[in-house]
Amino acid sequence: MNIQVRERPQGASTVVAKTAIADCDIHPARASKTELYPFLAKRWHAHLETYQEHPYQGMLEGPPYPKAQPNAARRDAYPPEGGQQGSSLSFMQKQHLDPNNVVLGVLNPLRTGQGLRNHDLAAAICSAINDWQIEKWTSKDSRLKGSVVVANEDGVTAAKEIRRRAGDKNFVQVLLLSRNVEPLGQRRYWPIYEAAEEAGLPIGVHAFGFGGNPITASGWPSYYIEEMVGHSQCQQTTLASLVLEGVFERHPKLNMIMVEAGFGWAPSLAWRLDKVWQRLGSEVPHVKRPPSDYIREHIWWTTQPMEDPEKRQELFDVIEWIGWDKLLFATDYPHWDFDDPSRVLPPDVSDANREAFYLGNARKVYGVGA
Amino acid sequence: MTTPLPGGVDCDLHPAVPHLTSLLPYLNDYWRDQVTTRGMVDLVSQSYPTRSPISSRPDRRPAKGKPGERLIDMQSHALDPFKVAYGICNPLYGVQMVFSEDMQDAFCRALNDWLVKEWLDKDARLRGSIVIPIQSVEKSVAEIERCASDPRFVQVLMLVMGDMPLGKRALWPIYAAAERLGLPIGIHAGSAYHNPPTSVGWGSYHIEDYVAQAQAFQTQLTSLIIEGVFARHPNLKMVMLESGFTWLAPFVWRLHKFWRGVRMETPWVDRPPMEIVQSNIRFSLQPVDAPPDPVVLNRLFDHMQSDELILFSTDYPHWQFEGEEALPEGLSADLVRKIMIDNPYATYGRLKQTAAA
Repeated sequence: MNIQVRERPQGASTVVAKTAIADCDIHPARASKTELYPFLAKRWHAHLETYQEHPYQGMLEGPPYPKAQPNAARRDAYPPEGGQQGSSLSFMQKQHLDPNNVVLGVLNPLRTGQGLRNHDLAAAICSAINDWQIEKWTSKDSRLKGSVVVANEDGVTAAKEIRRRAGDKNFVQVLLLSRNVEPLGQRRYWPIYEAAEEAGLPIGVHAFGFGGNPITASGWPSYYIEEMVGHSQCQQTTLASLVLEGVFERHPKLNMIMVEAGFGWAPSLAWRLDKVWQRLGSEVPHVKRPPSDYIREHIWWTTQPMEDPEKRQELFDVIEWIGWDKLLFATDYPHWDFDDPSRVLPPDVSDANREAFYLGNARKVYGVGA
Repeated sequence: MTTPLPGGVDCDLHPAVPHLTSLLPYLNDYWRDQVTTRGMVDLVSQSYPTRSPISSRPDRRPAKGKPGERLIDMQSHALDPFKVAYGICNPLYGVQMVFSEDMQDAFCRALNDWLVKEWLDKDARLRGSIVIPIQSVEKSVAEIERCASDPRFVQVLMLVMGDMPLGKRALWPIYAAAERLGLPIGIHAGSAYHNPPTSVGWGSYHIEDYVAQAQAFQTQLTSLIIEGVFARHPNLKMVMLESGFTWLAPFVWRLHKFWRGVRMETPWVDRPPMEIVQSNIRFSLQPVDAPPDPVVLNRLFDHMQSDELILFSTDYPHWQFEGEEALPEGLSADLVRKIMIDNPYATYGRLKQTAAA
């Protein structure tokens, strides 16, 4: 999953991988610290150089839990011209988009203004990242589509940015992260949902982010693997908050995509929500239907990192409970835990399910035709 | 309805402390004076508000007082109908929320003594869990040692949401004492509220806190396995109480995948996570977070790859099932025997000791 150890012809792929696919989680990076400057007002250049990013966590140069390898990305994904993994369009095309026959690639920029404590800086960086996605990526390769990133803790400003990008075909979703100052169902985030629904954009909620809260309900764990595994618990709680605050009741046309947080937990969470709602529904009268109804209707799931039981059938039980029509294939390129499209589904999956999984569902939720 | 087997063990019963003043007889002069002079109020955790539907079934709610406060109710609602040989009492009185280690220690000692006098001495089927003053590891170990001389204490009780993840090395002396004395560690739903009750902050509603218990158990299992608690204490059992268990298999699939990827970070985790779960971790039966379809439930049991993980519980007086349907529909007779009898006896070694005595 890190470097290619099996013998495979360079740049070629297996027969299965030649199926046209959507990759719903690609991470574009900047080749240099100043690459964003042309899109940022001058005052912010000096500000960043003096005060840096001021996030909701202590480490200024990187994440609080050191990754298992540089940038959590494949060691074979460094572009030949230099810069970090994921920072070169031509190398991304050569290493990933072309050989894997990606016909729709959704960009999820991660180091943006999200999770910064200075909300003006957050808004400026987010807006710059959105311009940068058009300039460096989507205008240069029509297979790639961007995500509108927004100053997540300032709902009003975030909504303005979404309205500014509404109708721009370079973008197919609004991107939020799972960890914020409050659970995502809270009303400080409601203007984001209103604007996204109005713009006809789904909201991708990608694992990760910083909101200042300990990343477990029992404080800070010790290890990187705990943070990684813990993304799925944060995502579960985030989804519960969205449902229990009535976000989908108020925004019946809003769809959300759970990105890179697994999906195996979805049935159990939905059953638990339904059961508890039967008992405690009177506390949340705005939740009018069983919580699993909202999840079934409004939530899509990207696949990577796909849960990997020893017995494949067990995973397919879970997929049946979620629905084959709700999964979106993703590789997480260029990150180290890349899922290879040629090996994700065994041959006995039906053609219809295979097509939906690799491409059809993505076209539907992102509204991108052939 | 699946019929219970006589002679089983109910692993999760909640006797309620009527009021803080009920503990006064078990406190020394200093703490009795503190409670009265300072006008201290009852320690009720918002994890289980007294009138919340989750705290008691409507048809079993007492006319006055707290659900679970009277032995006669526990007998007629839980011990008698399921014909259990033993019932394990897990008091959820809000002592864990206290910040002072001295005050917490005094309250825990009083609570444990209260449990012996007001419950264990009054019904020979009852067994107890030792509630520990977790603000001090040293005092916790002392309390475990003090109570362990009574063989009716069969477990140490902790909450799933506390000050730090439960695998942290600072807590290991507690696990060493428990292992040495043949006591499993029971980890029950609930929060000390020393951290926000979810991993993404404070939600608006009680229902969110309750749903989030399951996620808290998941992060604690990660912590316990990854920090190496069971590599150091291979004979220690931990029981997840009121945790739900239908999340277990997908959770372990994810943990396993990342363990394969980054195990160089924690080389002492030298076995696959599911193996560690099978040797050291158990789960109480209720709540069963699954649809009523027995086919689905049995698939979920298949996914867990073992019939030894689940221990019978009613979670009395909490509202988890209707009528007397503590055992969900569709369980095989073999599985019922495992859940009600074999698994609890294999987990709680002290039950056999007291049975022989």
